[in-house]
Order: sequence, then structure tokens, then C-alpha cells
Amino acid sequence: MRSILPVLTVLAIIVAIWQLAVAPMNIRTALDMAERGGAVVEPEGGRARLEVSSWRLMIDNPEHVAAGYSLDRPRLPTPAQVGEELWKGTGKMIERGRAWSKRSLIYHGWITLQSTLWGFALGTTLGLLGAVAIVYSRVVDMSLMPWAIISQTIPIVALAPMIIVLSGQLGIEDRIVPKAIISAYLCYFPVLVGMVKGLRSPGAHQLDLLHTYSATGLQGFLKLRVPASLPYLFTSLKIGIAAALVGTIVGELPTGAISGLGARILIGDQFGTPLAIWAALFAAAILAGVLVTLIDITQRIVLRSMGMQT
Amino acid sequence: MDASSSANDAAKWRSGTLLSGEDELASRKGGWRYTAPAKPAAPAPTVHVAVAADTPATGEGTAMAPVGAQEADAAEKDAVPLPPAVIEASALDLTFQTNDGPVHALKDVSLTIRKGDFVSFIGPSGCGKTTFLRSVAALEQPTGGTLTVNGMTPDEARRARAYGYVFQAAGLYPWRTIARNIQLPLEIMGYSRAERRTRTEDVLKLVELDGFANKYPWQLSGGMQQRASIARALAFDADILLMDEPFGALDEIVRDHLNEQLLKLWDRTGKTIGFVTHSIPEAVYLSTHIVVMSPRPGRITDVIESPLPRERPLDIRDTPEFLALAHRVREGLRAGHAYDD
Repeated sequence: MRSILPVLTVLAIIVAIWQLAVAPMNIRTALDMAERGGAVVEPEGGRARLEVSSWRLMIDNPEHVAAGYSLDRPRLPTPAQVGEELWKGTGKMIERGRAWSKRSLIYHGWITLQSTLWGFALGTTLGLLGAVAIVYSRVVDMSLMPWAIISQTIPIVALAPMIIVLSGQLGIEDRIVPKAIISAYLCYFPVLVGMVKGLRSPGAHQLDLLHTYSATGLQGFLKLRVPASLPYLFTSLKIGIAAALVGTIVGELPTGAISGLGARILIGDQFGTPLAIWAALFAAAILAGVLVTLIDITQRIVLRSMGMQT
Repeated sequence: MDASSSANDAAKWRSGTLLSGEDELASRKGGWRYTAPAKPAAPAPTVHVAVAADTPATGEGTAMAPVGAQEADAAEKDAVPLPPAVIEASALDLTFQTNDGPVHALKDVSLTIRKGDFVSFIGPSGCGKTTFLRSVAALEQPTGGTLTVNGMTPDEARRARAYGYVFQAAGLYPWRTIARNIQLPLEIMGYSRAERRTRTEDVLKLVELDGFANKYPWQLSGGMQQRASIARALAFDADILLMDEPFGALDEIVRDHLNEQLLKLWDRTGKTIGFVTHSIPEAVYLSTHIVVMSPRPGRITDVIESPLPRERPLDIRDTPEFLALAHRVREGLRAGHAYDD
């Protein structure tokens, strides 16, 4: 609990910087609006103002700076505006009993969460299987590992449309499938790398000891390698689930999807509603935070029950 | 001598002396638990082993001499039956192939270790003492010569659970309590739950760790962890205990204490112990036989039979006998090194 103060301090500093940044970011839009409303601003005309820096504009038109904090379509919304938009998309929707409407972030978050969890499950399974194969077979280690690394050097934005088109050609109607595949593509790698390290973490004398008991390979796996790898597994899972969420959102961007947080970001961009983009971004960040925290809590419970200090 | 008969001897010897006065059931339940409750109930092994330790003091190195000499010797004094041989190595060679060419870890090593012996292996790094112990445990494959454990190949002996091995690092699983760590070999070997519990209680008492069963390794000191690892090696009741520098990482005071405890434990259980160490006082204090080795190639330069009595208080280390013995070991080590320069 003593850590709460530094955490809040850092949060306050970030919000303060954000709040201050709103003024220079929005001054041009604020002046445009004011001029359209009949006010005289310095210099006149949007084109002329492009030649002048934001700081100059703020100094020359101090009375219009405040207007930048209450624009409908700000370049950078204030923290309060984003909070309000988030509330409109979540709490208010619930109050009005419309949590599952197309305008509710809860609905879009749920769509995204679903493919994230499917992708996470698929990616984790692949990562675990790959790690076991790599640890137990030198041939697999040498043949599979380079491809795993190469797979992560390809930009997912380039790959995502191909996966979507391909799954469409294969006659897969369900939009969740390509999204889950993209999500799994990003998520398997940290699990694979972490678990290879984890399963290999027992030292030579640990393996020798089991050998003196004439333990079978399966016993060695279950009694030594698996428990020894658990701390590594949880660390990998935390990275993995965040990657899975990013994968899903990327998968929602180029598809013309109409639901999901990624789709909200895209639609917000197309319709020029920056508040919607920001609200969707924050919804995604909060979702990621919740997922990572859930894994963290699971990790604490599991490792503590195993007597390990966390 | 033939291997199977010596194994039979071993069995007879055990059932005849160690288990006398105990009913079948009790002996099956706890193996060597006979030792813990009634010290006077088992005087036989003490006498028996004492014979092994004392008689050859006159005729040097009877029990440990190279095989040929020892057989002649044994024929000479067949009036006093020696305990059966447990570990027999003859002309053992082990060569590691490395990038820098072959390394002779062991060259022409011949050695007989008898039932109830406490044999220390001492020598500088690379002299093959650990390699020898690992060969006995079937963790290394000798490239020449013969090696039998209880009359079997090391591999068979391992499957027959002939030995428990203690490494320099305690190597307890951090996710298991002390009791569950000790149960690890028992789980692997398929003992029943009830059997596992009674055995764990017994060995914990033996290493004086009762009361720590439900603690996790990190809650114990280094010395206590090593005791727990010894208990783990004892849990499945192997006759042979192989210890590879078990106290090497501990400080002097803890080490003294553990040495004393180990002697008591050996006395109570009648195990055969192979013990690798770097420390001359430790080797002299603990052993009935000290095997001095030297490197490049790894070989035995001297086998010293200890004239010290079986009962050894810590201050025996100030007696002239002890110092003379330590001196001889040091001379042996020095001779091995001179060969090197």
C-alpha cells in the first residue's frame, strides 16, 4: 500500500502534461472556430495561420486558448473529455440498459475480448507445444526456432489483410477466426521463448539426481521441468495476452469490420470523431490492464500455493 | 570371486545381523528403522564392521588393496571373514573426448569397497574422484575395465535402487516442502502414500530435521538444506550412500557439526559410504579408508586404512594418531602433484 503514493504521483504528472499539451495542440482548431463565429483573431485566415507556430498563436490570441479545452472535434481531447466519452460508451449505456447496442464500448470490447481470448488460447497452446518439442528434440530446436524468430520480424499489419483474405477464400464466414489467428500469431512467440527457457531451467545436477532414481522422461517432465518452468510461464502469459489483444485490434482494422474496438478506432478516423478513437484506445488499454492483472493475480496465487516467494 | 555369490552374501549378512530380533513385518515397513529405536538391539553390525576396520590395521590395506594383492591376503586370513565387497572396480579407465583431445579422467583404477566401509576420495581437481563416484552411480560410462555394484553393473544397480546420491548443491525443489522433497524419489519409485509418510518421518528424525517437514527449502539454512538432501538420499533405503562434496559449500563450523552427525548416522544405519572431499581433516575424521588420487591421468596413488576407532569425538582431531594420518594423506597428495611438475 505504501507504493500507492508514487503510483498516483506519476499518474498525476502524466495527466498534467496531457492537460497542458491540449492548449498548443488545439489552438488552430479553436481559432478556426472562433473566426467562423465572427471573432477577430491574429493573423486572419486559416492559411495565414499555418505559417505561424502554435506558441505564437497562443501568445497572440490568449483569450481563445481556453476554447481549445471544449472543442467537439479536438485534435487532442482533454483527459476529462476522454473520460466523459468513455463513460458515455460504458456506464451510461448500462444505466440506459443499452450495454449491447452498437454504440456501446462494452459491446465492442466484448467482441474484441472474445477473439483475444481465442487467440490467446490458440497461441499459448502452440507456444507450449513448440517449447516442449524444442526442449526435447535437438532437430526441432534447430529447424523450428529460426522460423519462429523470422515470423516475428514480419510486420503484422502487412500480414493481417492476407490472413483475412485467405480465410475468406477458404469459406470461413465467422469473422472471429481470422482475428483469432492474427492474435495467436503475435501471442505464441513470447510463450514459446519463455517456456523453452523455463523448461530448460533445471540444472544438470537436477537431471542427474532424477537419473539416479531411474525416473522416466515423463516423470522428469511432470515433477521437475513443468513446476520449474511455471514462473517463466506466467511472465510469458502476461506478455502474450497483451500481444493477443494488439493482434485482435490490428485484425479488426483493415477488414471493414463494424464491431470491435479496432473497428471503432477505424470508424472514428473515417468519420472524423477523434473522441471516439480516444475512447476506444483507452477502452483497449483498460482491457489489456485488466487481463494482465488477472494473470498476475493467478500467478501470485499459484506460486504462493507452491511455496515460492513472489 | 563371483559376483552373484557376493551379492547373496551381502543379503545374508544383512538379514543375519542387521535384522536379527526384528520381525519380518517391521523390517519390511521401515527398512533400517531397526537402528533408531533400539541401539543395543543391533550390536552385531558394529562388531562386524569393527572387525573390518580394525583387523587390517596390521596388514596394511587389506580391504582396499588392489584386487590381486587383496585376494592373496584374504586367502591368508580366511579365519576372519571380511564383509562382502559392495563396489568393485578393476583396471577402470574413463576417457572423455573433448575439443582439446582426449582427457584421461580415470586410468587403471582398481578398488574394492566393502560393506559398511566409509571411503573418502581426496585429491586435487581433475583427479577423477567425482568421475569415479559418478561411474559407480552410472552417471558416467567407463571406457575400459570392469565395475560392479552389489555384483551388478552400475546401470542394473541403479535400477535396483542400490544407492542414494548426494550432490554438492542440496538441489531441493523450491516448490516442495522438505517432506515432499524427501518423498520425491519415493513418488518416482511408486511407494504408497502411507509408506512415503512413515519413511519421510523416519529419515527426518535420522537427520534431526523433524519439525521442519512442512517448511520450504528457503526457510532453512544451508546446512539444514544439505541434511534434507541426505535424508532424501536415505529415504528409499539404499545400502550405499554416494556423496559428492556434500559439505563443500558450507562454512567450517556447520561442516564440523554435519561431519559429526554423518558419522553417527553411518554408525546407526551401517551404510556403505563413498565420500568425495577436498578437505584432509574431513577425510581423516570420517573415513575407514582414504583413497588419495592424483590428476592427469586420474589415478589412485594411495589407499590408507584408518587406525582410528569407530567412535570419534570431534577432538580426536588433536590426537597424534589423527595428525599422523593427516600427514600421510598430505604426503600422498604432494607426491601426486610432484609427478605433475
